[in-house]
Amino acid sequence: MSTTNTLDRTSGVGLGIAMTWFSLLVLIPLSAVVFTAAGGGWDLFWRTVTGEQTAAAIRLTVGQAALVTVVNVVMGTLIAWVLVRDHFRGKALLEVLIDIPFALPTIVAGLVLLALYGKDSPLGIDVANQRSAVFLAFLFVTLPFVVRMVQPTLAELDKEVEEAAASLGASRVTTFRRVILPSIVPAITAGAALSFARGVSEYGSLVLLSGNLPFRTEVTSVRILSSIENNNLAGAAATATVLLVISLAVIVLLDVLQRRVSGRG
Amino acid sequence: MAETRTVARTGVRRTPTTYVLRFVVAAYLFLLVAWPVSLVVVHTFEDGFTSLEGILSDPDVVTALWLTVRVAVIAVVINTVFGVGMSLLLVRQEFPGKRLLSALIDLPLSVSPIVVGLALVLVYGGRNGWLGPTLESAGFRVIFSTPGIVMATAFVALPLVIREVVPVLHEIGTEQEQAARSLGASSAQTFRRITLPAIKWAVVYGVVLSLARSLGEFGAVKVVSGNVLGQTRTATLVVEEKYLNFDQQGAYATAFLLAMVSVACIVIVAIIRPKEERR
Repeated sequence: MSTTNTLDRTSGVGLGIAMTWFSLLVLIPLSAVVFTAAGGGWDLFWRTVTGEQTAAAIRLTVGQAALVTVVNVVMGTLIAWVLVRDHFRGKALLEVLIDIPFALPTIVAGLVLLALYGKDSPLGIDVANQRSAVFLAFLFVTLPFVVRMVQPTLAELDKEVEEAAASLGASRVTTFRRVILPSIVPAITAGAALSFARGVSEYGSLVLLSGNLPFRTEVTSVRILSSIENNNLAGAAATATVLLVISLAVIVLLDVLQRRVSGRG
Repeated sequence: MAETRTVARTGVRRTPTTYVLRFVVAAYLFLLVAWPVSLVVVHTFEDGFTSLEGILSDPDVVTALWLTVRVAVIAVVINTVFGVGMSLLLVRQEFPGKRLLSALIDLPLSVSPIVVGLALVLVYGGRNGWLGPTLESAGFRVIFSTPGIVMATAFVALPLVIREVVPVLHEIGTEQEQAARSLGASSAQTFRRITLPAIKWAVVYGVVLSLARSLGEFGAVKVVSGNVLGQTRTATLVVEEKYLNFDQQGAYATAFLLAMVSVACIVIVAIIRPKEERR
Protein backbone atom coordinates (compact mmCIF):
# COMPACT_ATOMS: atom_id res chain seq x y z
CA MET A 1 0.00 0.00 0.00
CA SER A 2 2.59 2.51 1.06
CA THR A 3 5.06 1.45 -1.62
CA THR A 4 4.65 4.76 -3.44
CA ASN A 5 7.45 7.13 -2.80
CA THR A 6 6.97 10.89 -2.65
CA LEU A 7 10.34 11.82 -1.18
CA ASP A 8 12.18 14.66 -2.91
CA ARG A 9 15.87 15.28 -2.29
CA THR A 10 15.49 17.41 0.85
CA SER A 11 13.07 15.10 2.60
CA GLY A 12 15.10 12.09 1.45
CA VAL A 13 18.19 13.49 3.17
CA GLY A 14 16.05 14.35 6.22
CA LEU A 15 14.73 10.80 6.39
CA GLY A 16 18.28 9.48 6.06
CA ILE A 17 19.53 11.57 8.99
CA ALA A 18 16.48 10.78 11.13
CA MET A 19 16.80 7.05 10.43
CA THR A 20 20.53 7.07 11.24
CA TRP A 21 19.85 8.66 14.62
CA PHE A 22 16.86 6.40 15.29
CA SER A 23 18.96 3.35 14.43
CA LEU A 24 21.93 4.40 16.56
CA LEU A 25 19.71 5.30 19.50
CA VAL A 26 16.94 2.69 19.40
CA LEU A 27 17.09 0.01 16.72
CA ILE A 28 20.73 -1.13 16.98
CA PRO A 29 20.79 -1.15 20.81
CA LEU A 30 17.51 -3.10 21.03
CA SER A 31 18.77 -5.56 18.41
CA ALA A 32 21.92 -5.94 20.48
CA VAL A 33 19.75 -7.13 23.37
CA VAL A 34 18.11 -9.82 21.22
CA PHE A 35 21.42 -10.83 19.57
CA THR A 36 23.17 -11.13 22.92
CA ALA A 37 20.32 -13.26 24.22
CA ALA A 38 20.46 -15.44 21.11
CA GLY A 39 24.25 -15.59 21.21
CA GLY A 40 24.24 -17.96 24.17
CA GLY A 41 22.00 -20.41 22.31
CA TRP A 42 18.42 -21.47 22.98
CA ASP A 43 19.42 -23.66 25.95
CA LEU A 44 21.04 -20.83 27.88
CA PHE A 45 18.15 -18.53 27.06
CA TRP A 46 15.57 -21.04 28.22
CA ARG A 47 17.54 -21.92 31.35
CA THR A 48 17.83 -18.21 32.26
CA VAL A 49 14.20 -17.27 31.84
CA THR A 50 12.90 -20.44 33.49
CA GLY A 51 15.40 -20.20 36.33
CA GLU A 52 13.43 -20.18 39.59
CA GLN A 53 14.11 -16.59 40.63
CA THR A 54 13.71 -15.09 37.15
CA ALA A 55 10.54 -17.06 36.45
CA ALA A 56 9.09 -15.90 39.78
CA ALA A 57 9.93 -12.29 38.89
CA ILE A 58 8.31 -12.59 35.44
CA ARG A 59 5.20 -14.23 36.93
CA LEU A 60 4.86 -11.51 39.56
CA THR A 61 5.37 -8.70 37.04
CA VAL A 62 2.96 -10.05 34.42
CA GLY A 63 0.38 -11.06 37.05
CA GLN A 64 0.33 -7.69 38.83
CA ALA A 65 0.40 -5.77 35.54
CA ALA A 66 -2.61 -7.77 34.33
CA LEU A 67 -4.48 -7.16 37.58
CA VAL A 68 -3.73 -3.43 37.47
CA THR A 69 -4.84 -3.31 33.84
CA VAL A 70 -8.22 -4.77 34.81
CA VAL A 71 -8.61 -2.12 37.52
CA ASN A 72 -7.58 0.57 35.03
CA VAL A 73 -10.10 -0.59 32.45
CA VAL A 74 -12.90 -0.11 34.98
CA MET A 75 -11.61 2.96 36.84
CA GLY A 76 -10.09 4.60 33.77
CA THR A 77 -13.34 4.35 31.83
CA LEU A 78 -15.25 5.62 34.83
CA ILE A 79 -12.89 8.57 35.28
CA ALA A 80 -13.06 9.40 31.57
CA TRP A 81 -16.86 9.23 31.75
CA VAL A 82 -17.06 11.63 34.67
CA LEU A 83 -14.56 14.03 33.09
CA VAL A 84 -16.48 14.14 29.80
CA ARG A 85 -20.11 13.97 30.90
CA ASP A 86 -20.14 15.65 34.30
CA HIS A 87 -19.50 19.31 35.00
CA PHE A 88 -18.51 20.54 38.41
CA ARG A 89 -16.10 22.89 40.11
CA GLY A 90 -12.66 21.43 40.58
CA LYS A 91 -12.83 19.26 37.46
CA ALA A 92 -9.76 21.04 36.08
CA LEU A 93 -7.88 19.93 39.19
CA LEU A 94 -8.79 16.29 38.55
CA GLU A 95 -7.48 16.68 34.98
CA VAL A 96 -4.14 17.80 36.39
CA LEU A 97 -4.08 14.94 38.93
CA ILE A 98 -4.44 12.38 36.14
CA ASP A 99 -1.35 13.62 34.33
CA ILE A 100 0.83 13.81 37.42
CA PRO A 101 1.83 10.10 37.40
CA PHE A 102 2.99 10.54 33.82
CA ALA A 103 5.22 13.51 34.56
CA LEU A 104 6.41 12.67 38.07
CA PRO A 105 9.86 11.01 38.13
CA THR A 106 9.32 7.34 38.97
CA ILE A 107 11.68 7.40 41.93
CA VAL A 108 9.69 10.32 43.33
CA ALA A 109 6.48 8.37 42.69
CA GLY A 110 7.85 5.58 44.87
CA LEU A 111 8.80 8.00 47.63
CA VAL A 112 5.42 9.72 47.42
CA LEU A 113 3.52 6.43 47.79
CA LEU A 114 5.78 5.44 50.65
CA ALA A 115 4.80 8.63 52.47
CA LEU A 116 1.12 7.60 52.55
CA TYR A 117 1.30 3.82 52.35
CA GLY A 118 4.66 3.16 54.05
CA LYS A 119 5.59 2.44 57.64
CA ASP A 120 4.68 5.93 58.92
CA SER A 121 1.37 5.84 57.08
CA PRO A 122 -1.17 8.34 58.44
CA LEU A 123 -3.81 5.82 57.31
CA GLY A 124 -2.23 2.89 59.10
CA ILE A 125 -1.81 1.04 55.81
CA ASP A 126 1.72 -0.26 55.34
CA VAL A 127 2.35 -1.98 52.01
CA ALA A 128 6.13 -1.47 52.00
CA ASN A 129 8.00 -4.66 51.04
CA GLN A 130 4.69 -6.43 50.35
CA ARG A 131 3.32 -7.75 47.09
CA SER A 132 0.62 -5.12 47.34
CA ALA A 133 3.39 -2.52 47.00
CA VAL A 134 4.00 -3.74 43.45
CA PHE A 135 0.27 -3.48 42.74
CA LEU A 136 0.08 0.03 44.19
CA ALA A 137 3.13 1.29 42.29
CA PHE A 138 1.79 -0.11 39.00
CA LEU A 139 -1.62 1.41 39.71
CA PHE A 140 -0.06 4.84 40.21
CA VAL A 141 2.19 4.92 37.15
CA THR A 142 -0.43 3.49 34.76
CA LEU A 143 -3.28 5.78 35.84
CA PRO A 144 -3.32 8.11 32.79
CA PHE A 145 -3.34 5.57 29.96
CA VAL A 146 -6.93 4.30 29.78
CA VAL A 147 -8.35 7.69 30.80
CA ARG A 148 -6.46 9.59 28.12
CA MET A 149 -7.32 7.08 25.39
CA VAL A 150 -11.04 6.90 26.22
CA GLN A 151 -11.65 10.59 26.95
CA PRO A 152 -11.42 11.96 23.37
CA THR A 153 -13.46 9.09 21.91
CA LEU A 154 -16.17 9.60 24.50
CA ALA A 155 -16.24 13.34 23.86
CA GLU A 156 -16.80 12.79 20.14
CA LEU A 157 -19.71 10.38 20.58
CA ASP A 158 -22.94 11.55 19.07
CA LYS A 159 -25.39 12.11 21.90
CA GLU A 160 -28.36 11.80 19.53
CA VAL A 161 -27.84 8.07 19.20
CA GLU A 162 -28.04 7.70 22.97
CA GLU A 163 -31.13 9.86 23.13
CA ALA A 164 -32.69 7.77 20.38
CA ALA A 165 -31.94 4.60 22.32
CA ALA A 166 -33.41 6.12 25.48
CA SER A 167 -36.53 7.31 23.67
CA LEU A 168 -37.03 3.80 22.34
CA GLY A 169 -37.18 2.67 25.94
CA ALA A 170 -33.63 1.50 26.59
CA SER A 171 -32.55 1.86 30.20
CA ARG A 172 -29.36 3.78 31.02
CA VAL A 173 -27.50 0.52 31.55
CA THR A 174 -28.70 -0.88 28.23
CA THR A 175 -27.82 2.35 26.45
CA PHE A 176 -24.34 2.23 27.90
CA ARG A 177 -23.83 -1.44 27.07
CA ARG A 178 -25.31 -1.45 23.58
CA VAL A 179 -24.63 2.07 22.29
CA ILE A 180 -21.70 3.64 24.11
CA LEU A 181 -19.51 0.69 25.01
CA PRO A 182 -19.06 -0.72 21.48
CA SER A 183 -17.72 2.60 20.21
CA ILE A 184 -15.22 3.06 23.04
CA VAL A 185 -13.97 -0.54 23.20
CA PRO A 186 -11.04 0.07 20.77
CA ALA A 187 -9.90 3.04 22.89
CA ILE A 188 -10.24 1.04 26.11
CA THR A 189 -8.23 -1.82 24.60
CA ALA A 190 -5.51 0.56 23.41
CA GLY A 191 -5.31 2.15 26.86
CA ALA A 192 -5.25 -1.26 28.51
CA ALA A 193 -2.41 -2.40 26.24
CA LEU A 194 -0.36 0.71 27.07
CA SER A 195 -1.10 0.32 30.75
CA PHE A 196 -0.09 -3.35 30.71
CA ALA A 197 3.15 -2.58 28.85
CA ARG A 198 3.98 0.23 31.25
CA GLY A 199 3.31 -1.98 34.27
CA VAL A 200 5.43 -4.84 32.97
CA SER A 201 8.36 -2.52 32.31
CA GLU A 202 8.13 -0.47 35.51
CA TYR A 203 11.24 -0.04 37.60
CA GLY A 204 11.79 3.31 39.31
CA SER A 205 8.72 3.52 41.51
CA LEU A 206 9.42 0.08 43.00
CA VAL A 207 13.00 0.68 44.10
CA LEU A 208 12.15 2.23 47.45
CA LEU A 209 8.66 0.80 47.84
CA SER A 210 8.80 -2.95 47.25
CA GLY A 211 12.06 -3.91 48.96
CA ASN A 212 12.95 -6.06 45.91
CA LEU A 213 12.77 -9.32 47.85
CA PRO A 214 13.57 -12.32 45.60
CA PHE A 215 10.55 -14.61 45.03
CA ARG A 216 8.27 -12.10 46.77
CA THR A 217 8.46 -8.56 45.46
CA GLU A 218 11.27 -8.67 42.92
CA VAL A 219 9.99 -7.58 39.49
CA THR A 220 11.56 -8.41 36.13
CA SER A 221 13.32 -5.05 35.67
CA VAL A 222 14.99 -5.36 39.08
CA ARG A 223 16.05 -8.89 38.17
CA ILE A 224 17.63 -7.64 34.93
CA LEU A 225 19.45 -4.87 36.79
CA SER A 226 20.98 -7.31 39.27
CA SER A 227 22.19 -9.46 36.35
CA ILE A 228 23.80 -6.35 34.84
CA GLU A 229 25.42 -5.48 38.13
CA ASN A 230 26.80 -9.03 38.42
CA ASN A 231 28.25 -8.55 34.93
CA ASN A 232 26.00 -11.31 33.57
CA LEU A 233 25.03 -9.40 30.43
CA ALA A 234 23.91 -12.54 28.54
CA GLY A 235 21.50 -13.41 31.36
CA ALA A 236 20.26 -9.82 31.55
CA ALA A 237 19.71 -9.81 27.77
CA ALA A 238 17.76 -13.09 27.92
CA THR A 239 15.32 -11.74 30.52
CA ALA A 240 15.18 -8.38 28.75
CA THR A 241 14.19 -10.17 25.54
CA VAL A 242 11.08 -11.51 27.26
CA LEU A 243 10.11 -7.92 28.15
CA LEU A 244 10.88 -6.75 24.62
CA VAL A 245 8.61 -9.41 23.15
CA ILE A 246 5.79 -8.16 25.39
CA SER A 247 6.48 -4.53 24.34
CA LEU A 248 6.47 -5.53 20.68
CA ALA A 249 3.21 -7.42 21.04
CA VAL A 250 1.65 -4.31 22.58
CA ILE A 251 3.01 -2.11 19.78
CA VAL A 252 1.50 -4.39 17.15
CA LEU A 253 -1.86 -4.37 18.93
CA LEU A 254 -1.72 -0.57 19.25
CA ASP A 255 -0.80 -0.16 15.61
CA VAL A 256 -3.89 -2.10 14.60
CA LEU A 257 -6.13 -0.22 17.05
CA GLN A 258 -4.72 3.25 16.48
CA ARG A 259 -5.54 3.08 12.81
CA ARG A 260 -9.14 2.65 13.91
CA VAL A 261 -9.09 5.18 16.75
CA SER A 262 -7.11 8.13 15.43
CA GLY A 263 -6.37 7.29 11.82
CA ARG A 264 -2.67 7.95 12.16
CA GLY A 265 -0.36 7.09 9.27
CA MET B 1 -36.36 8.28 44.08
CA ALA B 2 -34.41 9.00 40.93
CA GLU B 3 -35.62 12.54 40.67
CA THR B 4 -33.80 14.27 37.87
CA ARG B 5 -33.24 17.95 37.60
CA THR B 6 -31.97 19.72 34.57
CA VAL B 7 -29.20 22.21 34.95
CA ALA B 8 -29.69 24.93 32.40
CA ARG B 9 -26.06 26.02 32.26
CA THR B 10 -24.61 22.71 31.18
CA GLY B 11 -27.60 20.79 30.00
CA VAL B 12 -26.50 17.76 32.02
CA ARG B 13 -29.17 15.52 33.48
CA ARG B 14 -28.16 14.76 37.04
CA THR B 15 -29.24 11.71 38.96
CA PRO B 16 -27.94 10.29 42.25
CA THR B 17 -25.65 8.08 40.12
CA THR B 18 -23.95 11.22 38.81
CA TYR B 19 -22.99 12.24 42.32
CA VAL B 20 -21.91 8.72 43.31
CA LEU B 21 -19.63 8.45 40.26
CA ARG B 22 -18.25 11.93 40.85
CA PHE B 23 -17.47 11.03 44.45
CA VAL B 24 -15.86 7.68 43.55
CA VAL B 25 -13.59 9.31 40.96
CA ALA B 26 -12.60 12.18 43.25
CA ALA B 27 -11.89 9.84 46.17
CA TYR B 28 -9.84 7.47 43.98
CA LEU B 29 -7.69 10.29 42.62
CA PHE B 30 -7.34 11.85 46.05
CA LEU B 31 -6.09 8.62 47.65
CA LEU B 32 -3.90 7.56 44.75
CA VAL B 33 -2.39 10.88 43.67
CA ALA B 34 -3.32 14.06 45.54
CA TRP B 35 -2.75 12.96 49.12
CA PRO B 36 0.55 11.09 48.56
CA VAL B 37 1.99 13.92 46.45
CA SER B 38 0.98 16.57 48.98
CA LEU B 39 2.78 14.62 51.73
CA VAL B 40 6.10 15.22 49.98
CA VAL B 41 5.47 18.95 50.32
CA VAL B 42 4.56 18.48 53.98
CA HIS B 43 7.67 16.41 54.72
CA THR B 44 9.92 18.86 52.88
CA PHE B 45 8.75 21.84 54.93
CA GLU B 46 8.45 20.10 58.30
CA ASP B 47 11.37 22.16 59.60
CA GLY B 48 10.72 25.22 57.50
CA PHE B 49 13.30 25.74 54.80
CA THR B 50 16.17 23.89 56.52
CA SER B 51 16.04 20.72 54.43
CA LEU B 52 15.79 22.66 51.16
CA GLU B 53 18.67 24.88 52.22
CA GLY B 54 20.52 21.74 53.27
CA ILE B 55 20.46 20.13 49.84
CA LEU B 56 21.02 23.39 47.99
CA SER B 57 24.20 24.04 49.96
CA ASP B 58 25.52 20.52 49.27
CA PRO B 59 27.88 20.95 46.29
CA ASP B 60 27.34 17.33 45.15
CA VAL B 61 23.57 17.80 45.00
CA VAL B 62 23.93 21.12 43.19
CA THR B 63 26.27 19.44 40.66
CA ALA B 64 23.69 16.66 40.22
CA LEU B 65 20.88 19.18 39.67
CA TRP B 66 22.89 21.05 37.07
CA LEU B 67 23.82 17.82 35.30
CA THR B 68 20.14 16.84 35.22
CA VAL B 69 19.10 20.20 33.77
CA ARG B 70 21.88 20.15 31.17
CA VAL B 71 21.14 16.59 30.08
CA ALA B 72 17.39 17.25 29.91
CA VAL B 73 17.82 20.39 27.79
CA ILE B 74 20.12 18.62 25.31
CA ALA B 75 17.79 15.60 25.10
CA VAL B 76 14.74 17.83 24.60
CA VAL B 77 16.43 19.83 21.82
CA ILE B 78 17.43 16.61 20.03
CA ASN B 79 13.96 15.11 20.43
CA THR B 80 12.21 18.28 19.28
CA VAL B 81 14.22 18.56 16.06
CA PHE B 82 13.93 14.81 15.44
CA GLY B 83 10.27 14.76 16.43
CA VAL B 84 9.12 17.63 14.22
CA GLY B 85 11.13 16.33 11.26
CA MET B 86 9.91 12.77 11.72
CA SER B 87 6.28 13.90 12.10
CA LEU B 88 6.47 15.82 8.81
CA LEU B 89 7.95 12.79 7.07
CA LEU B 90 5.36 10.40 8.51
CA VAL B 91 2.36 12.60 7.66
CA ARG B 92 3.38 14.42 4.49
CA GLN B 93 5.44 11.81 2.66
CA GLU B 94 4.94 8.31 1.36
CA PHE B 95 7.82 5.87 1.40
CA PRO B 96 8.29 2.12 1.75
CA GLY B 97 8.38 0.94 5.37
CA LYS B 98 6.51 3.98 6.66
CA ARG B 99 3.93 1.99 8.58
CA LEU B 100 6.60 -0.11 10.30
CA LEU B 101 8.57 3.01 11.20
CA SER B 102 5.46 4.70 12.57
CA ALA B 103 4.83 1.72 14.85
CA LEU B 104 8.47 1.41 15.94
CA ILE B 105 8.58 5.08 16.95
CA ASP B 106 6.25 4.26 19.85
CA LEU B 107 8.46 1.43 21.09
CA PRO B 108 10.49 3.54 23.57
CA LEU B 109 7.28 4.27 25.52
CA SER B 110 6.79 0.64 26.44
CA VAL B 111 10.39 -0.55 26.89
CA SER B 112 11.59 -0.92 30.47
CA PRO B 113 14.13 1.78 31.38
CA ILE B 114 16.46 -0.95 32.61
CA VAL B 115 16.29 -2.64 29.19
CA VAL B 116 17.03 0.75 27.59
CA GLY B 117 20.13 1.04 29.75
CA LEU B 118 21.19 -2.53 29.00
CA ALA B 119 20.68 -2.00 25.25
CA LEU B 120 22.89 1.10 25.26
CA VAL B 121 25.57 -0.65 27.34
CA LEU B 122 25.64 -3.60 24.92
CA VAL B 123 26.35 -1.27 21.98
CA TYR B 124 28.32 1.58 23.52
CA GLY B 125 29.98 -0.10 26.51
CA GLY B 126 33.70 0.73 26.57
CA ARG B 127 34.95 -2.84 26.96
CA ASN B 128 32.65 -5.25 25.13
CA GLY B 129 30.15 -3.05 23.30
CA TRP B 130 29.55 -3.36 19.55
CA LEU B 131 30.73 0.20 18.89
CA GLY B 132 32.03 1.23 22.31
CA PRO B 133 35.71 0.18 22.02
CA THR B 134 36.07 1.88 18.62
CA LEU B 135 34.50 5.09 19.91
CA GLU B 136 36.58 5.00 23.04
CA SER B 137 39.85 4.57 21.15
CA ALA B 138 38.79 7.65 19.20
CA GLY B 139 38.52 9.40 22.56
CA PHE B 140 34.73 9.44 22.79
CA ARG B 141 33.32 7.85 25.89
CA VAL B 142 29.57 7.17 25.98
CA ILE B 143 28.79 4.81 28.85
CA PHE B 144 29.62 6.07 32.38
CA SER B 145 29.73 9.57 30.92
CA THR B 146 27.41 12.43 29.93
CA PRO B 147 26.76 11.31 26.30
CA GLY B 148 25.38 8.02 27.61
CA ILE B 149 23.07 9.82 30.02
CA VAL B 150 21.87 12.08 27.19
CA MET B 151 21.21 9.06 24.94
CA ALA B 152 19.30 7.19 27.67
CA THR B 153 17.20 10.30 28.33
CA ALA B 154 16.59 10.97 24.63
CA PHE B 155 15.56 7.32 24.15
CA VAL B 156 12.84 7.28 26.80
CA ALA B 157 11.30 10.61 25.74
CA LEU B 158 11.63 10.01 21.99
CA PRO B 159 7.95 9.59 20.93
CA LEU B 160 6.45 12.41 23.02
CA VAL B 161 6.84 15.29 20.54
CA ILE B 162 5.79 13.07 17.63
CA ARG B 163 2.64 11.90 19.43
CA GLU B 164 1.55 15.52 19.88
CA VAL B 165 2.49 16.84 16.42
CA VAL B 166 1.28 14.01 14.15
CA PRO B 167 -2.47 14.36 14.88
CA VAL B 168 -2.32 18.15 14.40
CA LEU B 169 -0.53 17.76 11.06
CA HIS B 170 -3.26 15.37 9.96
CA GLU B 171 -5.94 17.78 11.06
CA ILE B 172 -4.62 20.93 9.35
CA GLY B 173 -4.31 19.17 6.00
CA THR B 174 -2.20 20.36 3.11
CA GLU B 175 -4.34 23.01 1.39
CA GLN B 176 -2.57 26.04 2.84
CA GLU B 177 0.84 24.50 2.27
CA GLN B 178 -0.04 23.75 -1.35
CA ALA B 179 -1.34 27.29 -1.84
CA ALA B 180 1.91 28.71 -0.47
CA ARG B 181 3.94 26.44 -2.72
CA SER B 182 1.93 27.36 -5.79
CA LEU B 183 2.52 31.03 -5.02
CA GLY B 184 6.22 30.34 -5.22
CA ALA B 185 7.24 29.83 -1.59
CA SER B 186 10.21 27.52 -0.98
CA SER B 187 9.82 24.49 1.30
CA ALA B 188 11.71 26.33 4.03
CA GLN B 189 9.41 29.35 3.72
CA THR B 190 6.29 27.18 3.64
CA PHE B 191 7.42 25.40 6.78
CA ARG B 192 8.31 28.59 8.63
CA ARG B 193 5.28 30.66 7.58
CA ILE B 194 2.49 28.07 7.27
CA THR B 195 3.26 24.74 8.93
CA LEU B 196 5.17 25.86 12.00
CA PRO B 197 2.56 28.40 13.22
CA ALA B 198 -0.12 25.71 12.86
CA ILE B 199 1.74 23.07 14.88
CA LYS B 200 3.28 25.56 17.33
CA TRP B 201 1.17 24.55 20.34
CA ALA B 202 1.52 20.84 19.66
CA VAL B 203 5.28 21.31 19.65
CA VAL B 204 5.09 23.25 22.90
CA TYR B 205 3.10 20.45 24.63
CA GLY B 206 5.52 17.89 23.27
CA VAL B 207 8.47 19.88 24.57
CA VAL B 208 6.96 20.41 28.01
CA LEU B 209 6.08 16.72 28.37
CA SER B 210 9.53 15.68 27.10
CA LEU B 211 11.15 18.04 29.57
CA ALA B 212 9.21 16.57 32.49
CA ARG B 213 10.05 13.05 31.35
CA SER B 214 13.72 13.88 30.74
CA LEU B 215 14.30 15.56 34.11
CA GLY B 216 12.84 12.55 35.86
CA GLU B 217 14.46 9.62 34.05
CA PHE B 218 15.88 7.21 36.57
CA GLY B 219 16.29 3.55 35.58
CA ALA B 220 18.00 3.97 32.21
CA VAL B 221 20.29 6.65 33.61
CA LYS B 222 21.15 4.45 36.58
CA VAL B 223 22.42 1.71 34.26
CA VAL B 224 24.45 3.90 31.88
CA SER B 225 25.77 6.57 34.24
CA GLY B 226 27.80 4.55 36.70
CA ASN B 227 26.34 6.92 39.34
CA VAL B 228 29.64 8.63 40.16
CA LEU B 229 29.23 11.23 42.91
CA GLY B 230 29.73 14.76 41.61
CA GLN B 231 30.24 13.56 38.02
CA THR B 232 27.51 11.36 36.58
CA ARG B 233 24.99 11.33 39.44
CA THR B 234 21.72 12.94 38.41
CA ALA B 235 18.97 14.37 40.64
CA THR B 236 16.81 11.23 40.60
CA LEU B 237 19.81 9.13 41.62
CA VAL B 238 20.38 11.56 44.50
CA VAL B 239 16.84 10.86 45.77
CA GLU B 240 17.50 7.12 45.85
CA GLU B 241 20.96 7.44 47.40
CA LYS B 242 19.79 9.85 50.12
CA TYR B 243 16.79 7.70 51.02
CA LEU B 244 18.82 4.50 51.20
CA ASN B 245 21.37 6.29 53.41
CA PHE B 246 18.61 7.26 55.85
CA ASP B 247 18.76 10.93 54.89
CA GLN B 248 14.97 11.15 54.52
CA GLN B 249 14.92 14.95 54.73
CA GLY B 250 17.42 15.24 51.88
CA ALA B 251 15.49 12.68 49.82
CA TYR B 252 12.17 14.48 50.33
CA ALA B 253 13.67 17.89 49.58
CA THR B 254 15.26 16.69 46.32
CA ALA B 255 12.05 14.83 45.40
CA PHE B 256 10.13 18.04 46.13
CA LEU B 257 12.24 20.01 43.66
CA LEU B 258 11.71 17.36 40.97
CA ALA B 259 7.99 17.03 41.71
CA MET B 260 7.56 20.81 41.61
CA VAL B 261 9.04 21.00 38.11
CA SER B 262 6.93 18.12 36.77
CA VAL B 263 3.71 19.44 38.31
CA ALA B 264 4.53 22.88 36.89
CA CYS B 265 4.94 21.27 33.44
CA ILE B 266 1.55 19.57 33.71
CA VAL B 267 -0.16 22.76 34.90
CA ILE B 268 1.38 24.76 32.06
CA VAL B 269 0.09 22.22 29.54
CA ALA B 270 -3.35 22.26 31.19
CA ILE B 271 -3.49 26.04 30.99
CA ILE B 272 -2.44 26.34 27.34
CA ARG B 273 -4.41 23.40 25.97
CA PRO B 274 -7.97 24.74 26.35
CA LYS B 275 -6.97 28.00 24.63
CA GLU B 276 -5.71 25.99 21.72
CA GLU B 277 -8.89 23.94 21.51
CA ARG B 278 -11.09 27.03 21.54
CA ARG B 279 -9.15 28.36 18.56
